[in-house]
Amino acid sequence: MIEARSLTKTFRDKKRGEIHAAENVSFRVAPGQIYGLLGANGAGKTTTLRMLATLLQPTAGGATVAGFDVATQPEQVRAQVGFLAASTALYGRLTARETLAYFGKLNGLTDAVIRARTQRLADELDMHEFLDRRCDKFSTGMKQKTSIARTLIHDPAVMIFDEPTLGLDIMAARTIVRFVRDCRARGKTVIYSTHIMSEVEKLCDTIGIIHGGKLLAEGTLDSLRTRYGQPDMEEIFVQAVGGDAALAK
Amino acid sequence: MNWNRIFTIYAKELRDMLRDRRTLISMIVIPTVAMPGLFALITTITVKVQREVATTAPSVMVLGGEDSPGTREALLKHGKIAIAPHRDDWKQQISDKKLRAAVELPAGLDAALARGEAVAIKIYNYEGEVRSDRAVRELRSFFTARADTVVAARLAERGLAPAAIKPIEVKAENVAPPEKVGGNLIGGIIPYFFLILAFTGAMYPAMDLTAGEKERGTMETLLCSPVGRIDIVLGKFLMILTASLATVAFSLLSMALTFSVGGSLLAKSIGGGNAANAAKAAEKITSMTTLDPVGMVAVLGMVLPMIVLFAAGLFTISLFAKSFKEAQSYVSPLIIVILMPAMIAMLPGVELNWKLALVPILNVSLASKELVSGVWNWGMLGLIFASTCAYAAVALWLSVRMFKREDVIFRA
Repeated sequence: MIEARSLTKTFRDKKRGEIHAAENVSFRVAPGQIYGLLGANGAGKTTTLRMLATLLQPTAGGATVAGFDVATQPEQVRAQVGFLAASTALYGRLTARETLAYFGKLNGLTDAVIRARTQRLADELDMHEFLDRRCDKFSTGMKQKTSIARTLIHDPAVMIFDEPTLGLDIMAARTIVRFVRDCRARGKTVIYSTHIMSEVEKLCDTIGIIHGGKLLAEGTLDSLRTRYGQPDMEEIFVQAVGGDAALAK
Repeated sequence: MNWNRIFTIYAKELRDMLRDRRTLISMIVIPTVAMPGLFALITTITVKVQREVATTAPSVMVLGGEDSPGTREALLKHGKIAIAPHRDDWKQQISDKKLRAAVELPAGLDAALARGEAVAIKIYNYEGEVRSDRAVRELRSFFTARADTVVAARLAERGLAPAAIKPIEVKAENVAPPEKVGGNLIGGIIPYFFLILAFTGAMYPAMDLTAGEKERGTMETLLCSPVGRIDIVLGKFLMILTASLATVAFSLLSMALTFSVGGSLLAKSIGGGNAANAAKAAEKITSMTTLDPVGMVAVLGMVLPMIVLFAAGLFTISLFAKSFKEAQSYVSPLIIVILMPAMIAMLPGVELNWKLALVPILNVSLASKELVSGVWNWGMLGLIFASTCAYAAVALWLSVRMFKREDVIFRA
């Protein structure tokens, strides 16, 4: 379960002054549900997700992730979260097996558990062929599979995906989408940020439209279609943020 | 703080570093292979030049003195210089290093000496040029010997012994033990070497484990794990410390080897093939390099908190950078900051006092100079050690603080 309560993050920039990256963002995600956070670049998606993953501290408001408070129990929160983003890379000089063992140990798992989970993940993701090769020699697809396995090694209850398909080819992107669905099937609480409308349509149970740091609309795909009288997600999004002019700002 | 996780991070960083060719080169290959190689090259060149200078008589031109055949004849017979035929462009010849020196004999030299008068001899040379300097030395010793002969003859004429004009002879003799002489001579250089090596050894891993990780995107991956920020800092810091210590250790080992092999080679060359001279030179080199071994260990002990300070300081500075390249531009100029105090400590006359004992780097350099000479100033040593430890602790605390700052970790 994820519960964000008026999450707010303000950055101070010498040139631009105060930047409100997220303002009063509130939503709930239940286990076995995928919540899609849809927004353009710079809308506040990454900041919101980083606050949920305790990488950033909220300026105001709060959140509970899997029953733990992000402000007071950050380490317990991270132990329950699998975080996958385009910006979370792999150590090039470690093999896939070593990567999994490293993050397993950091999560406090014993060697026996790590071995068993590595075996299971390698079976599920078809990683055996490159399990003992160094990550810097991997293709994009191999890297994606290893990253997915890395987020799952500690079997987290909550999965946070921050634009995970950014820059990936169609095959690698499909692997990610399939994996996100698997997470839902396993009863995990999933939050997925993207600016790709089709991904939201295909994946998400609930969609939150974020723009200028504010959550402007929220609901299921059907409820949003009814509300904006549009079948197309892109049109819904443009209307929700206040038209093309607001989007161009 | 969770030592299990700190060790996990440390072990991973160590494995990662040992697989990185660039680290291996800077940590092991350069100190163990390149440094002795460089020393061997310098020694070989020095040996060659010394031998050539010692065995080849420098060419000297005699200006004037046609009316003093006695002196000219004696100069010609003096085997240690080669008399060159007269040319009008002798100044140019000296500048072009074709001629090493010229000596000007005044008119009526022999006659003036016979009359019991004093004369002035002028030598023209290329100052600082090793062969020209030798020519000057040979000419000076020739004319000193000739002057002694003239003085002895003049004294004999008056029925006096040579001792009559030298009633007092002054002789200096060293009574300080060799390690003290050695300590004074090269004591300042020892910590200088340690500090430079420790700094350069820590530089690359510090940049790679902070700015490098940010640039490659692995920092965010690591931050997502349920590890405390302090554990990450300590794990990485220990790795930087290991790399720094390893560089110092490998360098010490190779230096010890190089000096023991290279030193005897140098002694042989200075001796110029003469066994007695070689023994003398070897003795001189030994006295120069004899340092109090207990003092040497103490120097290492004093340098240790300094290495901690470097590792933590470099970590903090590199962490601020967005990329490896940016980190390099912050860190590289720092070498000068390290060098300056260490160089000041090498200046003759700069002695340790209570104020200087609080200046980082300079204090350790000065204390090391005393330690290798066998001087143990316990109060001062305690203060230096404690202050350096305090500086190191502050630097480490700063790195943890810096690591907790979002604007530093996610600086874009």
